[in-house]
Amino acid sequence: MPSNPTKLKIIWLQGMTCNGNTHSFLNDPALGNLLESVELLHHPLLPCTLTLQQLVKKLPKSDILIFEGAYSASFERAGMVMESLLMTLALKAKHIIAMGSCASFGGIFKEHDPAHISGIVFDKENDSGPLRDMRKKVITLSGCPAHPKWLSFVIDMIRLNKPILVDEYRRPRELYGYLVHNGCLRNEYFEWKVDSDHFGTKEGCLFYAQGCQGPFTHGSCNKILWNEVSSKTRAGTPCVGCTEPTFPKRELFTTKTYMSIPSEMPLGIPKRSYLALAGAAKSFHIKRLEERLIDDHA
Amino acid sequence: MTKEERKVSIMTKALELFSKEGFYQTTMPSIAEKIGMSVGNLYNYFTSKEMLAKDLILYIANILGDEIRKINESPASTQEKIKAIVHMYFRIAQERPETIEYFLRVYLSNREVFQNCCAGMICVSAFVTELMIFFEEGVRAGDLRDQDFFSAFGLFMGYLGGMVFLNGEKILPKSLESYEHTIAENIYNALKSH
Repeated sequence: MPSNPTKLKIIWLQGMTCNGNTHSFLNDPALGNLLESVELLHHPLLPCTLTLQQLVKKLPKSDILIFEGAYSASFERAGMVMESLLMTLALKAKHIIAMGSCASFGGIFKEHDPAHISGIVFDKENDSGPLRDMRKKVITLSGCPAHPKWLSFVIDMIRLNKPILVDEYRRPRELYGYLVHNGCLRNEYFEWKVDSDHFGTKEGCLFYAQGCQGPFTHGSCNKILWNEVSSKTRAGTPCVGCTEPTFPKRELFTTKTYMSIPSEMPLGIPKRSYLALAGAAKSFHIKRLEERLIDDHA
Repeated sequence: MTKEERKVSIMTKALELFSKEGFYQTTMPSIAEKIGMSVGNLYNYFTSKEMLAKDLILYIANILGDEIRKINESPASTQEKIKAIVHMYFRIAQERPETIEYFLRVYLSNREVFQNCCAGMICVSAFVTELMIFFEEGVRAGDLRDQDFFSAFGLFMGYLGGMVFLNGEKILPKSLESYEHTIAENIYNALKSH
């Protein structure tokens, strides 16, 4: 750390948003410490130096511009269209964070007007967003919402002037190199092809019938737990693939199959290999995995 | 001859015996006699009759699996692929009848023999996997109706197995290949999307 660290100046700007990422960030247990090391020039909820009107009037420089929500050129904040507001603040920012799936790829808000709403660098998989030429200084934190610790990780890395390795969508590899499937407590059920019939149980894999997208979704939800205790799959609901540019998919709670065979294979696994292994695993009945974990032994 | 080649030649002879005599009538001494090797030496290659039987079904499933894989990877339409699978299956039934006979009369008829070493579909995985891929791709292409895999699998393979069985019993008035066209058409009509 620098011997006399200056506080990072952060602007948190909202596009078209449900505030989900703002609220998610409030759940970071280390938020207090983090806020002591940064200066919030503007934030929609937390105490900050500038009101929205003052921000739009001053258009100040920043170390990190965090953009939450989807981008639409004509969407206004304090009387200024996003086309000018985002571009001006982005040009004056050293680093930019696309916070959440809407800012990253368009997300849920894009569904309203797919032709005009996008993320700031990416529009779904295409890098055709307004900040595409500045992509090198953008970090993508996709997720609906993004995990608060993902954001504090990136802020810390910037504060400590450490390099952040990113993937093709500029998501930090440290956070998105994993699949949601990694660390899922149901992996043994996945291995032996034991399905879960419904939500909310401790047993069974949610991939075969409940639409779980953990095996092809990048994210560390089962490594960096939510509220430090759980994740969707741990709680018994399927991963909906919210960190991917394809989010939101249709029929989120159903696994699309062709002739009983999942239409999507776990990431990078050839269909032939998967089917051979799955067929073999299904041939066995493992009594322990077919029983309730707790209730049957009560 | 390498040990592996020797193994295959033993399996070829054993296959003939098993498919003609059935599993229980065929003994390790009768197999050894047919090959012209001592029973003791035969056990150097296969530790039991059950292990030999298991290796045979794996061998046959691989033959059928390789054939269907070639068809799956060809650019043919789903309807043409059905024709090709029917043709391939009947061709093998004619040229190497012992393979299909073994499948029907030994593997499927003596499940107790295979229960421990070939649970479920493990030993026929090479063959079943290719059919899964055929069906999955047919539905994905919009050519076949989406349904439970086993409903379609039973219709397709049950039909073909039944015809080869009738042929083996010499009940069919005409040659097996003369049914190919109508059978392929029936299968396609039964499975196609509406």
